[in-house]
Amino acid sequence: MALLEVGSVNAFYGAVHALKGVSLAVEKGEILTLIGGNGAGKTTTLRAISGMVRPRNGTVKFDGQDITGTPPNELVGRGLVHVPEGRGIFANLTVAENLELGAYTRHDRAGIAADLERAFELFPRVKERQKQLAGTLSGGEQQMVAIARALLARPKLLLLDEPSLGLAPQLVATIFSIIREINRQGVTILLVEQNANMALKVAHRAVVLEVGQVAMSGNAADLASSDAVKKAYLGH
Amino acid sequence: MSDFLQILIAAVAVGSTYALLALGYTLVYGVLKFINFAHSDVFVLGAWTSFTASMFVTQRMNVDPAHAPWWVGLCVLLAAISVASTVAYCIERFAYRPLRKSPRLNVLITAIGVSLLLQNVGQLTGPAVVRETPTTVTKAAADLTPAERASETTKINGEQAQVQVQGKPLATLPFGSSPRSMPVLLPDAVLNETTAATGVMDGGSRRGMVKLDKPVTLEEGRTYSLQTERLDASGKPTGERETLGVASPAGTYEKGTDIRTQPARNAKDVQGAAYTLTIAPEVPIRLLDVLIVVSALVLMAGLEILVYRTKLGTAMRAISYNVETAQLMGINVNLVISFTFVLGAALAAAAGFLYPMKYPGLNQPAHQIWVLLGLKAFVAAVVGGIGNIRGAVLGGFLIALVEMFGAFYISTKLSDVFVFAILIFVLLVRPSGILGTTVREKV
Repeated sequence: MALLEVGSVNAFYGAVHALKGVSLAVEKGEILTLIGGNGAGKTTTLRAISGMVRPRNGTVKFDGQDITGTPPNELVGRGLVHVPEGRGIFANLTVAENLELGAYTRHDRAGIAADLERAFELFPRVKERQKQLAGTLSGGEQQMVAIARALLARPKLLLLDEPSLGLAPQLVATIFSIIREINRQGVTILLVEQNANMALKVAHRAVVLEVGQVAMSGNAADLASSDAVKKAYLGH
Repeated sequence: MSDFLQILIAAVAVGSTYALLALGYTLVYGVLKFINFAHSDVFVLGAWTSFTASMFVTQRMNVDPAHAPWWVGLCVLLAAISVASTVAYCIERFAYRPLRKSPRLNVLITAIGVSLLLQNVGQLTGPAVVRETPTTVTKAAADLTPAERASETTKINGEQAQVQVQGKPLATLPFGSSPRSMPVLLPDAVLNETTAATGVMDGGSRRGMVKLDKPVTLEEGRTYSLQTERLDASGKPTGERETLGVASPAGTYEKGTDIRTQPARNAKDVQGAAYTLTIAPEVPIRLLDVLIVVSALVLMAGLEILVYRTKLGTAMRAISYNVETAQLMGINVNLVISFTFVLGAALAAAAGFLYPMKYPGLNQPAHQIWVLLGLKAFVAAVVGGIGNIRGAVLGGFLIALVEMFGAFYISTKLSDVFVFAILIFVLLVRPSGILGTTVREKV
């Protein structure tokens, strides 16, 4: 059984029909990437899953339970963690406080400390910056804080929205290798990316969204070599 | 110099209540980015609840409110805090929360509406919680109303009847439209007065004459007073203190000679009681002021720890930055916002308890003076930098200093003008407030 099942979800942004019956499934242990152009509904799909947008109809099932329309704060404790687009760090808090909020719903001090150490292994830069206000960090560092913070919630499924947005190419490569490492440690990942090239390289499977509908889906490697995808998203 | 210091002390005492009130504006602005115009009415609610609770408790205990034990003050404070917090919770839950996603202006108008509602409900005269002691009057039996005739307390002897008349209401729920005087529940004394002599009231004449146990020189231009305690018929101290002015002219008085005081209310009451002759300090430091400032500072320190050192406080600051992302951390945003309102109301209620301890005249809940007080606290929050906790405290003290010194050295009538001039000045020079940070509008 898939860890996450999205069944023909329709969602609106005001009057805009943003999702027109989107269905997809994320299997335990994989990286599924959601690619597509601007306004294809990638971010809305993530928001519908994490409860920030209430679907008009359709179902979202996580870990065997129906979570359609459940507010996001109730999903964090169940292991569904969403890192929003534009990093969503709290610029007015220190890095340490940002990380502390990642573990907001947890009460096992020892477990949190262990997870913090693990996050610092992945992001040594974050460890150095703990006392700094998060708003003073560079874009790449902020993204690292956002992902490290998400890991402190001990996610089963991590929703990543455009983690490479606005980062220097070198940093993009670093972030993607870390994403792969996190996945290797057992976290299932649903990755939304505009940078289809990189996304298809790290993901196991991919779903292509076009104006609120699933246009294609399949193996990431297969899609990367398909002519339609190459033409539309990979710029070949 | 002595004027200066006395005004400074008064300004710090008043400033601490402004600061408590300003914190409520700033806390709510911090998380919701809107000005809670009903906040000053929650403060009034705190003040009037304090009054009603203190009358109720002291009448039940059958003590004079002015000589209530210290813990009565604490109980009254807790009562005011719980009533104000509950009301604030309801305001947020039923008036503001449904409008969370509507334009700011709608919430603002609602806040003004809630403010008017509280002011008008506060003026209603509800059931009396505390009444004057019943009195008995004599009436012709023929004039008795049926209710009086049926009453168990009415005693009829032939043509005459003794009717018990219920006393006038002293405190009602809600609060009514006439001003009241708040009993001062906190202990008061001048802390830095010096003792010149002690002894026993010898009552040599009907005027209070006291024999000195050591030589005393009364200097021109200083104020001397004599504290003593009333005694009951058997000569035991009753705990009621009496302060008498000294009537003897300046000069040196030998040991064993008499000093004349102003007459006691009842010379017999104090005859044989112990007395203390004290010299009033040039700048009296009153225990009441100290208690007001210390209570306010303790609350502010508690708030500082809560906001900057606890998980809940981190959640509050996170919400203040971005509600959506805060929700993605697993923070129950509604719960934290309710808590913020309750916290602000608790501080306002504490201010509502402390402020009348210094200025006991309690105006009716819709009186202009309350509105002005609330407005000054709001100015304090803006001047300090709205949304900034330390800014609110700084602003509170600053406003009180400007107000008090302006009133004394320039003009009493213009004291409010100085306060609002500060506001205009700060808005011109540093629109985000003294400690505020510039907010960049998100595009």
